Amino acid sequence: MGISKKLSIFIRKEFYHILRDRRTLVILLGMPAVLVLLFGFAISNEIKNADIGVLDYAQNDQSQRLTQRLSASEYFTLARPLRSTQDIEEAFRAGDIKMAVVLPAEFGEATARGLPGSLQLIADGTDPNTATTLSNYASAIIGDFLQEKQPLQQPPMAIQAEVRMLYNAGLKSVFMFVPGVMTVILMLVSAMMTSIAITREKEVGTMEVLLASPLPPALIVIGKVIPYILLALANTAVILFLGTEVFGVPIRGNYALLWAECLLFVLTALSLGILISTRTDSQQVAMLFSLMVLMLPTILLSGFIFPIESMPMPLQVISNIIPAKWFIIILKDVMLKGGGLELVWQETLILLGMTFFFIALSVRSFNIRLA
Amino acid sequence: MNHAITAQNLTKRFGDFTAVDAISFEVEKGEIFGFLGANGAGKTTAMRMLTGLSRPTDGQATVAGYDVYREPEQIKRRIGYMSQKFSLYEDLKVRENIRFYGGIYGLPRKQVRQETDRLIEELGMSEFANSLVAGIPLGWRQKLAFSIAILHRPAIVFLDEPTGGVDPVTRRQFWEMIYKAADEGTTVFVTTHYMDEAEYCNRVSIMVEGRIAALDTPKAMKASFGVETMNEVFLQLTRPESS
Repeated sequence: MGISKKLSIFIRKEFYHILRDRRTLVILLGMPAVLVLLFGFAISNEIKNADIGVLDYAQNDQSQRLTQRLSASEYFTLARPLRSTQDIEEAFRAGDIKMAVVLPAEFGEATARGLPGSLQLIADGTDPNTATTLSNYASAIIGDFLQEKQPLQQPPMAIQAEVRMLYNAGLKSVFMFVPGVMTVILMLVSAMMTSIAITREKEVGTMEVLLASPLPPALIVIGKVIPYILLALANTAVILFLGTEVFGVPIRGNYALLWAECLLFVLTALSLGILISTRTDSQQVAMLFSLMVLMLPTILLSGFIFPIESMPMPLQVISNIIPAKWFIIILKDVMLKGGGLELVWQETLILLGMTFFFIALSVRSFNIRLA
Repeated sequence: MNHAITAQNLTKRFGDFTAVDAISFEVEKGEIFGFLGANGAGKTTAMRMLTGLSRPTDGQATVAGYDVYREPEQIKRRIGYMSQKFSLYEDLKVRENIRFYGGIYGLPRKQVRQETDRLIEELGMSEFANSLVAGIPLGWRQKLAFSIAILHRPAIVFLDEPTGGVDPVTRRQFWEMIYKAADEGTTVFVTTHYMDEAEYCNRVSIMVEGRIAALDTPKAMKASFGVETMNEVFLQLTRPESS
């Protein structure tokens, strides 16, 4: 009987393991969808319908138009009217508003005469990100509003910076989360699940019997990982589908290249999983090790959640050895920028190099075990 | 070439610790060879070297006529192995386990199917044939594991404490299966803790601290030590100061 026949027998056995472990299966298949939806809908940096209050001392035509303009935007909802400065404090404490807009009595009059006017934005500093975002949105709307009022009265000295966000014009955070979630899931399925699956055979004792059989060791490992490659690619498909269909994340680059890069990252993660399983004999240790050494850096140091540029120098250096960092760069370049291999060849080479390095290490520690 | 296994000065060292210290012995074809010793005496390590799971540090050994250094692949094709831990997959059905192990030893599918039916029939396991191995009693599992270890009709079968934790009746049945396999020409190399089982072997060796302290038929061994049971032989060898 040929090698391929034996391999198919082995893979069939592996699928029995996976399919009969219902709880893990549900997690494996359900988690990608749940994570994408969670990150896409709930954990979002964008702010929609934030409650604001307007303290309008001017009470004139201009001030009312601005108030309407603010509440008409998708970002803000007028939560409650404010009558005095005490009201502002109260409203913030009660959690009724996220931002207050104070329009002074002379609002509209000064601008009508072409003089620089002013108004005040008060935001809740306990949540700095939201506060910054809200005040930016509000400033932009107010700026537009004033611009329309006096199209001809441009202040002569003012420089208007016109900002355009390339590749993600709406600054939608889901554009970032889809590559990030994909990276985490592929790492989880490929590295953690394979390391657990291989150490399980060791723990139970069946690995000894397999090694004493005529199956070449390489075939045992390949047979163990192929089902997880398929599972990881199925997860990729789910994430890409949800990302593009539900959240409108574009795939501007070449599909074939995108899939090839995903497969490459899966192989990198698998080789890490195999490496872990050559160094440990128990499923618990393998799982803890995968979580601490693989998952945490993948989530924290890859640029998925925290920008690498704003990390302290030592962490920036460490982030270079995290495969996820390079994969996220590749994903963003290919999906959002529409780049081809000429844009991502360096990152691709890094991942390839890492994969070969991990496999070589695994083979080495496997041989040491045998000797 | 009449020896199923030969070992000359076979040695395994882990750093400073010598687990197996230059053991030499021969096992005849068709023999039931008992490999005895206290825990940590080096039985399992010696067996692992013979089955190709571990590379010897020194010495020579052949299994089924093949060299353990140069021809491990040939050896693996001709041996069966039942490990100390349970060697079947608990989340696979009885039939699936048989099919899997038959398959990885390269038996054609048709033959595997026939063997599966024969095995289930012989073991009287038809009621369990389609249940997961996790759900069947330990005694049955061990008998099934042994049957699967000799499914591909190996020249030699290595059994590492196959009857640990099994009740006396099942142990008895298990040994009947071993005899049957030996009658059909399979050499049996078995480690055990149970001294009554040692009596069932054609010849036994007793390992003490990595060396073979005695090697003979149970009868001759008892005679030379002047005792009635193998248990007494074992105690004299492993705890000489107390006798």
